[in-house]
Amino acid sequence: MTRPVDKLIIILSWISGIMLLGAISSIIGYLLVKGLGAIKFSLIFGETSPVDALLLKRQVFDGIFPAIAGTFSLVILSVGFAVPVGLASGIYLSEYAGPKIKKVFNFFFDILAGIPSIVIGLFGFSMAVFLHKHLSQYIFPCLLISSLCLAFLVLPYIVRTTQVSLENIPEQIRLTALALGATKLQNIFYVLIPKSLSGIVSGVILSIGRCAEDTAVIMLTGVVATAGVPKSILSHYEALPFYIYYISSQYSNTEELLSGYGASIILLAICSFFFFIAFLVRNRLKYHAFYRM
Amino acid sequence: MPRNRQNQGLYPGHMNKIYEKFAEKLFLLSAILSISVTILIFGFMLILGLPFIREGNFFNLFTQPWSPHQGLYGIYPMIIGTMSVSLLSIVFAFPLSLGCASLISVLGPKGFSRFFRKVVQFMTGVPTVIYGFIGIFLLVPIIREIFQGGSGMCILSASLMLTVLVSPTMILFFIDSFDQVPKTFINAIDALGGSKVQKLLYVMLPNAWRGILSGLILGLGRAFGDTLIALMIAGNAIKTPGSVLDSARTLTSHIALVIASDYESMEFKSIYACGISLYIFTTITVLCVRFLRTGPKGVTK
Repeated sequence: MTRPVDKLIIILSWISGIMLLGAISSIIGYLLVKGLGAIKFSLIFGETSPVDALLLKRQVFDGIFPAIAGTFSLVILSVGFAVPVGLASGIYLSEYAGPKIKKVFNFFFDILAGIPSIVIGLFGFSMAVFLHKHLSQYIFPCLLISSLCLAFLVLPYIVRTTQVSLENIPEQIRLTALALGATKLQNIFYVLIPKSLSGIVSGVILSIGRCAEDTAVIMLTGVVATAGVPKSILSHYEALPFYIYYISSQYSNTEELLSGYGASIILLAICSFFFFIAFLVRNRLKYHAFYRM
Repeated sequence: MPRNRQNQGLYPGHMNKIYEKFAEKLFLLSAILSISVTILIFGFMLILGLPFIREGNFFNLFTQPWSPHQGLYGIYPMIIGTMSVSLLSIVFAFPLSLGCASLISVLGPKGFSRFFRKVVQFMTGVPTVIYGFIGIFLLVPIIREIFQGGSGMCILSASLMLTVLVSPTMILFFIDSFDQVPKTFINAIDALGGSKVQKLLYVMLPNAWRGILSGLILGLGRAFGDTLIALMIAGNAIKTPGSVLDSARTLTSHIALVIASDYESMEFKSIYACGISLYIFTTITVLCVRFLRTGPKGVTK
């Protein structure tokens, strides 16, 4: 019993599915076809030998090693800022806050999650200028400011995943340790957090990917086209996404353009790697739950 | 810890109590610190945009054109640019996402649905700058060929690329709201011998409309706030666009482009007006979604 309308709707939904799949596969396919040839050691390290570059003995001039190093330091710093504060806030919201406070706090986190990254970048830039004028001559848009801003950007993700995975723990598990005489804090650290660890960890990993890919924030807060490996947290730095943006507007020959494709593939690989890790962590949780129940 | 309790003498659990209180205060402090960022961002922009507001022409900004030679720093062209790029992308993305979500949730075969869902989830993790990069070298030349004119860097190109960016967000939200339709309803229609399409049309869509609307608003917010795609492929011309094949500058790319100019100039101050408008739009989006989630009578859905 298929009416013509039924058929039409099925066909339309298949068309939209195929269109989306076609779009993403042509984007990634085009990138791979154009850029795979550029993936070589010299793309990353230029003329310098990889060992020297990794040990920071010699500067890499015509490779993207400094950009990769910059992205890594960004990710480590910003996740380092965001995780402790985000975890603590998530725990507070899920375990301590009353319903009214929770509502207000969640509202602010929703806004923070929705603020366009360029606005957070603008905030970071203004903060840097403000600090430069009033606090110290040595502060200007730099790695520290960028990573703080990226931390603000991913903070709501970490808070939300922590809160949700804690709240989803069933009442029975929640009460067992308390009934045995554990204090609230012991219950949180010995039962609730281990129980919701995979949710929390996948949230953290996803925010790593977000830090690695965001361009708008760092554009405004101190990323530059050539800076070498970052020397301190108060210096300028390079980053992969900005390198790609820069190449797309400033490339002068096909070789440079090719390195842009190569950098894109590397960035995509880094982001997909974190994505799959997060995915595996969360999936293991599901199987775990499945076998237990 | 409980084992040590007997050795603590007069106050069993005394230290524990201090820890408990201390930890709670610490958690509260971090939560307050986190939300103060939200307020601080708005405050900072408001204070730095103050020279504009003081001159009494703050509200004119939103209607004035941009012509620094005449001393006009209105962001009207950018507002129109942002609106046209993001609305057009939603016009493309909404039916596409609804189709994909129905395919995943109801209409498609199980194996394909699972695969497609993974692909959509993966798409949320693809860096925006890559969409922009591929946009320049793949999409823009195609648009240029088809319409035989201009550089191909136009509202249409940007909104097509944005469609790819916002669709996954919308699809995942739609699927979630389809999943929340009560199982009993679905069992009922299965028992009555309803087809898959009937299930979609008469049970899923009517029951999931709140979620669908929220997804739409979230997608719009995502399109509004994105910088890189518009910056890289919309052309960035400062004038009010007349057609979808015109180049346009969005509020976000305006911020990115003007940031390099002199910090004290009025031109620079105008980007705070852009920032404030984007912030206010975000807040409205969040309010709408929250309202939809709770419903007018305050019933949580």
